[in-house]
Amino acid sequence: MATIVEPTIFELSSPGRLGVTMPASDVPATALPPKNLLRSELPLPELAEVDVVRHYTRLSKFNYSVDDGFYPLGSCTMKYNPKINEDTCRLPGFLYTHPLQPIETVQGNLVLMYELQEWLKEISGFAGITLQPAAGAHGEFTGVLMMAAYHKSRNDTKRTKMLIPDAAHGTNPASAGMLGMSVVTIPSDERGNVDLKALEAACDDTVVGMMLTNPNTLGMFDEHIEKVVELVHKCGGLMYGDGANLNALLGIVRPGDVGFDVMHINLHKTFSVPHGGGGPGSGPVGVSKRLVDFLPSPLVGIVEEGDDEMEPLYGFITPKQSIGRMKAFHGHFGGGLVRAYTYISMHGPNGLKDISQYAVLNANYLQARLRGTYKIPYDRICMHEFVAEGAFEGSDVRALDIAKRLMDYNFHPPTNYFPLIVHEALMIEPTETENKDTLDRFADALIKIAEEARSQPELLHDAPHTTKFGRMDEVKAARELVLCCWLPENYESMR
Amino acid sequence: MTYIPISPNERDAMLKTVGVKSLDDLFDAVPKKHRFPKLDLPPALTEMEAASLLSEMANTNENVREHMISFLGAGAYNHYVPSVVDHMLRRGEFYTAYTPYQPEISQGTLQAIFEYQSLMTNLTGMEVSNASHYDGATATAEAVNLAFAQFRGRRKKIVMSPTVHPQYREVIRTYSQGMGLEEAGDDATADLEVGPGALMSLIDENTMLVVVQYPDFFGRIHDYTKLIEDAHAKGSLVCVVANPTALLMLKTPAEMGADIVVGEAQPFGIPLWYGGPYLGFFTTKKSYVHKMAGRLIGETVDNRGQRSYVLTLTAREQHIKRERATSNICTNQGLLALASAVYMSSLGKTGLQQVANLCYQKAHYAAAELSKIDGFGLCFSEPFFHEFVLCCPKPASEVNAYLLDHGIFGGYDLGTDYPSLENHLLVAVTEMNSKQEIDTLVEVLKEME
Amino acid sequence: MKIPSSLKYTKSDEWFDPASGAVGITDFAQSQLSDIVFVELLVEEGEQVTVGKAIASVESVKASAEIYAPAAGKVSAVNKGLSDKPETLNSDPFGEGWMIKIAGGTTGDVMDSAAYEKDCAGRAH
Repeated sequence: MATIVEPTIFELSSPGRLGVTMPASDVPATALPPKNLLRSELPLPELAEVDVVRHYTRLSKFNYSVDDGFYPLGSCTMKYNPKINEDTCRLPGFLYTHPLQPIETVQGNLVLMYELQEWLKEISGFAGITLQPAAGAHGEFTGVLMMAAYHKSRNDTKRTKMLIPDAAHGTNPASAGMLGMSVVTIPSDERGNVDLKALEAACDDTVVGMMLTNPNTLGMFDEHIEKVVELVHKCGGLMYGDGANLNALLGIVRPGDVGFDVMHINLHKTFSVPHGGGGPGSGPVGVSKRLVDFLPSPLVGIVEEGDDEMEPLYGFITPKQSIGRMKAFHGHFGGGLVRAYTYISMHGPNGLKDISQYAVLNANYLQARLRGTYKIPYDRICMHEFVAEGAFEGSDVRALDIAKRLMDYNFHPPTNYFPLIVHEALMIEPTETENKDTLDRFADALIKIAEEARSQPELLHDAPHTTKFGRMDEVKAARELVLCCWLPENYESMR
Repeated sequence: MTYIPISPNERDAMLKTVGVKSLDDLFDAVPKKHRFPKLDLPPALTEMEAASLLSEMANTNENVREHMISFLGAGAYNHYVPSVVDHMLRRGEFYTAYTPYQPEISQGTLQAIFEYQSLMTNLTGMEVSNASHYDGATATAEAVNLAFAQFRGRRKKIVMSPTVHPQYREVIRTYSQGMGLEEAGDDATADLEVGPGALMSLIDENTMLVVVQYPDFFGRIHDYTKLIEDAHAKGSLVCVVANPTALLMLKTPAEMGADIVVGEAQPFGIPLWYGGPYLGFFTTKKSYVHKMAGRLIGETVDNRGQRSYVLTLTAREQHIKRERATSNICTNQGLLALASAVYMSSLGKTGLQQVANLCYQKAHYAAAELSKIDGFGLCFSEPFFHEFVLCCPKPASEVNAYLLDHGIFGGYDLGTDYPSLENHLLVAVTEMNSKQEIDTLVEVLKEME
Repeated sequence: MKIPSSLKYTKSDEWFDPASGAVGITDFAQSQLSDIVFVELLVEEGEQVTVGKAIASVESVKASAEIYAPAAGKVSAVNKGLSDKPETLNSDPFGEGWMIKIAGGTTGDVMDSAAYEKDCAGRAH
């Protein structure tokens, strides 16, 4: 039997124990529906509030988070999440408004959404924005749907190919795959740019477009970006920008100006919405002029112009050739939009530029400190992240071992084994909210680990050592597939 | 306001290490003519100013706790959230962590989601659950993806009841644009009086999925057992879109034979928040787990013999399977799954049963009192849970406008989505509506000209 | 690593037995994939397949792969029990781990065991 560090909420249950209780009914009683429509039992836990609080507090301590320390996950932008966001998104006026209320009663919400649309347009250089997509991948799917709808509206029906660089996030091909498109992989050149020759060869009249992350997952800003855009446009394709790496570009360059037609913006990366253990995110999408009519419905707009005495009335509008609705209601309003609005309002144009400049400085500083100890396969000035090789000549230590060993030094490991084009990749994104001391300690730890890899490789193979939990048996999990648990009294019958 | 913790001296030292003179020099790869655009945005606020601005904006709204009496539901419900829920959510260890890729230092998130999976399977009666979906609508659309993948495109028809939430049906239509599906039943002009039996004639050997809602969009409770049997006889899968609060009282979709049970978990501890973020729950049978989208947590042991949890069956997902994956999703709606888990465990079996019972009792009291008013009546005779359709003597939009003047959100105007239901109001009642509020609604409507 | 000399091999690591028409994945493939946890056969008995058609989908703890038909012809048998014990692909890829049989199949671009061994050596590092 495995040792139980923290029992599950089911194991903590005791029949008859009460937690939060509800008031008695204040209306005359009505008979319940006929018995054949009722459930026979409700096998849910029974605990006191204190049991619940202690259980989840203990669980929280098993986590490593941005509030605990440095979290340099590449392409995830684990920056500090300002505490004020947590207060503004919980203001009663936001918390307790129903999505189907008459628009006259939610003008505060609608003004916030309208202004955020305008701000994101200004920051990204796009002509239109939808706030509806719930996450980055959801935004990608929205974008790809619009690209398909655009070609279809022009009766340009033979376009079925999506060009995707080999360094791309997995969501890019998956999004194209959801629409049945075929994916053509475009290699990167030795400087980490899109290979122009390969791109040119792939560009023809069957191309839907290209999905490009710029800076890409190597942290490289494509040195021929204008040429790439030109080639794709020339064959009639559209340029999709994966905005996962927008944290490098605020006030630096607007993707819309460079010629991108559509891009999703991860509010949970660039605009400080916390990641929440994997979600909820928020993934607004910006589009160039020719795609504005295809945006999902509804958008926030002015439905009655104002004048000297009256504020304009904000409401919902449906674009002419809209692809339709991407989710119920209006997007991740409370958790995503309010926090991002708060964050942008506190930065202004100069503050936003600072964010990207310091994010890029921090990445280059770390890259400079590690150069010489770790191989940097694409070694030039990087943007907000860079990729090192987690392997050494003559050693069987792998990127995974280095990642796990970093935990013993109290750091969250970088992204590993991605991008796929780098052998034993360690993808490091420090963000702008780390100070020089932290970066130095992290570089020192990695340099020390490189020494350990030579002198005591077993220390790395078995790492981590100082954490509450060690390496997991992933094969057991996948083979046995224990995916839920039951109340102790139901255990035997269920299992 | 800035969150950058680097002093000018430190900056200069770092620039020197990098080997450039200024911050601007880091951006030579960016095309010069587009470099450093002037952004036309309002100047930066301090925290104090931002707090006050946002407060002002929030106060412009009329909310359902402080200003209005609300009977709005239709997919988002005003429930009480125990204080403990937000206290747990506000722990930075939870909300500032990322997807638990490194299980050694993410057991908090992993065990919490594993428990959420367990709570949801125990609630729906199904065998597996993920915690990945953005809301009920997208979870339903992913059920279509599952069925499509399960039949590998050999079956191409979905049969959707017209009494599935109109926005959910719309999302399915958006999502399935590239799949070349045949859609049947999704007709807002159909005879809405008839029960699920009307769908049976639409199900054939090409049908991959039947989608129904429980209780349906009009609040009616149908037993889908017979429909599901018939669909299975034709080889089709069946997805039931369920309200989790109703499941606390009603027969589970699993008992009726459902293959997939999805829905909106917002009623379980997530604020109305003007429509999001919410949490789509997705539960199914173990035999379909390989076609299910999203993150999945499994139990295992670590190398010290301790029980622990990991992301499992990850090769199904987009980062490995890329264009062959069922879905592109990489979210797990972790923080909101935590909210639902804390909601369910802090109320516990007893508190949850009380919530369900209060919703049921108050809704039935409201329905009885409203139908006594001249010109008003209940439209359907089937049993209902906490939502019902009220027939009005004039268009629901006019009734709502009148009620709004009296500080009441009367309900959802069904004429918005169903042309034949212009005079019909969908009324939702929860434990948050006191008898006094219901009586006020009745009194005000009695006075309506 | 086992490479039976009686079989033919593809560059994408399928094996084909010209005698029985059986198709599977090689020892090299299963070791690259590591622990296999899911296998789904994509074709049914009686179906006609062409060379290169996807006949199975395999997922391991860390990777996924499509398996392609090395020969064209009619599917005469499928290994139905395989999906219940995908680990067979790791333990016995050339025996119990067979996937389908293509009766009288005409092979596409295949190589013999010596050529395949060389091919694997070039890829392994």
